[in-house]
Amino acid sequence: MKSPIRLERRLEQPRWLNWAIPLISLLGALVVGGLVLLATGKNPLDVYWRILDRGFLSERSITGTLRTATPLAFTGLCAAAAFRLGVINIGGEGQLYVGAVGAALVGLWMGGSAPVGITIIVMVVAGMVFGAMYASIVGVLRSQFNTNEIITSLMLNYIAGIILNYLIFNSRSYWRDPRSVGFPSGKPLEERTHWPTYELFGFSVAFGFLLAIAAAVVLWVIYKRSRLGFEIGIIADSPRAARYVGIRTKWTIVAVTAMSGALAGIGGASQVGDFAHYLDAKGLQLNNFGYTGIVVAALARLNPLGAILVAVLLGGLTNAGYSLQGPDFPSGLVGTLQGLILFTAVAGEILTKYRLRSNRAGTKAVAA
Amino acid sequence: MTNSAVRMTGVVKRFPGVVANDGVNFEVLKGEVHALLGENGAGKSTLSNILTGLYRPDEGTIELNGSPVVFGSPKAALDAGIGMVHQHFRLVEPFTVAENVILGNPETPFVIDTGTTAERVAELARRYDMAVDPNAKIWQLSVGEQQRVEILKVLYRGAQVLILDEPTAVLTPIEAEALFRTLRAMTAEGRTVIFISHKLDEVMSVSDRITVLRGGRTVGTVNTRDTSTRELASMMVGRSVEFSRVVRQSPADPGNVVLSLTNVNCEDDRGRQALHEVTVTVGRGEIVGVAGVAGNGQRELAEVIAGMRSSTGGTITVSGNEVPNGRARAAIAGGVAHVPEDRLHTGLAAGHSVEDNMALKNYRTPLLSRFGLLKRNVITSQAGDLVSKYDVKTPDTATPVRLLSGGNVQKVLLAREFSTNPRVLIAASPTRGLDVGAIETVRGRLVEAADSGVGILLISEDLEEIMSLADRIVVMYEGRLVADIPASQATREQLGLLMGGAKMEVTR
Repeated sequence: MKSPIRLERRLEQPRWLNWAIPLISLLGALVVGGLVLLATGKNPLDVYWRILDRGFLSERSITGTLRTATPLAFTGLCAAAAFRLGVINIGGEGQLYVGAVGAALVGLWMGGSAPVGITIIVMVVAGMVFGAMYASIVGVLRSQFNTNEIITSLMLNYIAGIILNYLIFNSRSYWRDPRSVGFPSGKPLEERTHWPTYELFGFSVAFGFLLAIAAAVVLWVIYKRSRLGFEIGIIADSPRAARYVGIRTKWTIVAVTAMSGALAGIGGASQVGDFAHYLDAKGLQLNNFGYTGIVVAALARLNPLGAILVAVLLGGLTNAGYSLQGPDFPSGLVGTLQGLILFTAVAGEILTKYRLRSNRAGTKAVAA
Repeated sequence: MTNSAVRMTGVVKRFPGVVANDGVNFEVLKGEVHALLGENGAGKSTLSNILTGLYRPDEGTIELNGSPVVFGSPKAALDAGIGMVHQHFRLVEPFTVAENVILGNPETPFVIDTGTTAERVAELARRYDMAVDPNAKIWQLSVGEQQRVEILKVLYRGAQVLILDEPTAVLTPIEAEALFRTLRAMTAEGRTVIFISHKLDEVMSVSDRITVLRGGRTVGTVNTRDTSTRELASMMVGRSVEFSRVVRQSPADPGNVVLSLTNVNCEDDRGRQALHEVTVTVGRGEIVGVAGVAGNGQRELAEVIAGMRSSTGGTITVSGNEVPNGRARAAIAGGVAHVPEDRLHTGLAAGHSVEDNMALKNYRTPLLSRFGLLKRNVITSQAGDLVSKYDVKTPDTATPVRLLSGGNVQKVLLAREFSTNPRVLIAASPTRGLDVGAIETVRGRLVEAADSGVGILLISEDLEEIMSLADRIVVMYEGRLVADIPASQATREQLGLLMGGAKMEVTR
């Protein structure tokens, strides 16, 4: 039996597909999710309204959504930056931890004395540098020894987690609070090092989120307008053409991987400076920021500005999930809905490259 | 005839846009080494792929030992006793020799008795004088030994007819001698060997009979002892057709050297020496043709001059200035333009737009970028100018290059290379695969560039192209320049001999 429909490669990819396909995917997810909700005896419209309300509309919901979105924006940018070159850095998770370690280090060290502005800038820079250095292990191994970066970056995630645990739970390190008896915890940073929060349009926005937007704009300019971005595009399209015009491919791989790690590193710094105000070894590892960032990048089709939007969307979805959960609404159902939305969004991606064609026309011709 | 092993009659095989075999007749007798001789693209590979069941012929018949056969798959051909030793080995590197030999053999039992297998493989190897340790892992072996494993694989399956595709291309002369002894041992037992090659000397020394293909047709079959390399060469390249030399507006100035290579050596991707002490000069406005069968170091020659590949010795100068070794940007800045063989994926970034590709060589100049940022509007207008100047047929300059036709792809590449105002142009097979109109255009552009003073190194397998365009012709054979002849004195026959590796007096 021939399948009634087939996929046909699109010769050209019209621009309107870029926004139409995600929208259609989202609608598809809502329909399928609605069926699941009906089957479990819920009113889908009611549930969807609650998601919309708790995630994006009600008072204070935006504040929570942006808070959740901040680290996802950074890890999303981290993945998007490297994927554009064809370097599959899935180490955003570990690079974020290491960035947090760096920011906490300088925050604790400078906390009491230096001017507030300088302290915050140095914390951001420390997050970047630590994240970049950690990621460049991956970049150097890939460019010098052609090591598979998926494996090295994944393994380094585990190592970063172990480093966090060691610093807080298994040693009397500089980061650990000496007063914490019983359950060990990170040393609190001075209040002077806390990053500012801004009240904009009636909700509070963390400094880190604004940084993420700025980073996205910078990244967008790099990819769209800069020589480096041009070279990255050529390497990704045709490594032989890059060699032909003398582009330093190895150098570019290391630089881009470091840049990618720096972005995740600021995400880690923001976790310390914006929210936790200590090195939270447990909390950092709880949320899979780095891995979710890969989803963010994929959904945003590696567009940096898109990554911010998607991060907000996922942030809202996550927060709405927390508030939906209850005795009448099991967490499994929340996960099912979130999974469906992500699944259809990624599945819809294929329609930007291929189009559906009916096989029926051909069969008729044969019959006639 | 009763002792015919293989007889192929009227074989036709068409591919989109090209007839690879156009009524080929080919007969091989039992117990002989039969050479299949021809230039690249003559149809040798297609014919052997048909014989081994990889392709089905569109027309024609195949007889094996006198009875007609139709092979639906390579396995069917192998079962019937026809085995192929490919030029590129198909071996599993971490496995041992014996394991590779029995791999894919339907008689291999589920549980393998390694000891017995190794012994049988070793015995087979001894019988045909092939020194190889059955318990060695493939990755530990030299290329010559790996080839023996390929031969053993085919013999182990009981092949009566062995096809070897350019088997000596990867061998040292001593290894080649050993291979020839093995082939003799096999034919002495009544097996049949089909030996595909374009090297005249080795064909003369190893074969009993020779069939020459040209342009997909059989030119003829001759007894080796009744022929000469000279006759084979003219059969291979064809009788010289009268063709007109291109008329030049301004004559070449060979004394005013713009490109000079002195004793240049380099290695190929696998670390074997690809260029041996290559010395050549190109004068201002001169077109120097590099003739030769593909794979004799032409690609490496082009890449070394363009800075894409590091040399392992010798010097390259452009207009008297030495070009730093292996630095493409320095070569470009020094005035070297390069039209590579692989246009779409080396010379261009196929997924990128026409305008990006037009900027590929000069995007770093102040004209197109400042403070690390590109001036996109200048990039677009530059591309617009070049598109109209070189008459590139494209909807707009934002169209990806991969959507353009072959001729227009080459126009984009030439437009960009000439826009850098080069002193030297390396053009590798610049008209291959193009239609007649595009070929005319490209050749016209090359002559125009030479007239304006660019020194051109024209690397091509197309003798007619070289003879009609070049002022001087050098021949490459096995990484060496074996001749340097003024184009007006060169004959097809002479070039064919040199390309096939025949020794001759070098006329300087």
